[in-house]
Amino acid sequence: MKINILAFGIAKDIFGESTINVELPNDASVYNLKYSLEQQYPRLKKLATYMVAVNNEYALPEDTIYETDEIAIIPPVSGG
Amino acid sequence: MLPESGGIDVFIGTVRNATKGKTVLRLEFEAYEKMAIAEIEKIAAQALAKWPVQKLLIHHRTGVLAVGDVPVIIAVSAAHRDAAFEACRYVIDTLKQTVPIWKKEIFEDGEVWVAAHP
Repeated sequence: MKINILAFGIAKDIFGESTINVELPNDASVYNLKYSLEQQYPRLKKLATYMVAVNNEYALPEDTIYETDEIAIIPPVSGG
Repeated sequence: MLPESGGIDVFIGTVRNATKGKTVLRLEFEAYEKMAIAEIEKIAAQALAKWPVQKLLIHHRTGVLAVGDVPVIIAVSAAHRDAAFEACRYVIDTLKQTVPIWKKEIFEDGEVWVAAHP
């Protein structure tokens, strides 16, 4: 399935744009997504950490991803 | 302000002119707006559940801010000051941990996304 990924902060710099498309197997998990992104964008691994949000909620690595989900990469936040 | 209010604790964040001795020219804030609002609302609900807070205001700006500008304001009113102080501190501390807002510090010789790298 083709998944659209939103990127913010330093993740946007790493991807070179604010949204990217990723091809994933149909029953992919957040962990699978992170793994495939890190293959394509090794700089992600140098971040202190980063989260994945699914439909505006922080996701767990074992959560399943569906084609209609809104997925975002959330680098370390620094509001305030 | 409610007549029952005995105190209002206001935290006003301001843009500093330096970080670790390096001159900061400006800050650039970016938000994942929908999720940021959702996370801010969660923090507000948690504060309202945990302390006898009467009114709670959380305001955060995005975009380019100069030194001295105000990116964030938290205001909490309660019957007694303990609740106001504690809830206000809780809100700003938690906001900094969970709300998907990012700031980039612009220095004379480059720029850095805060907290991105270890």
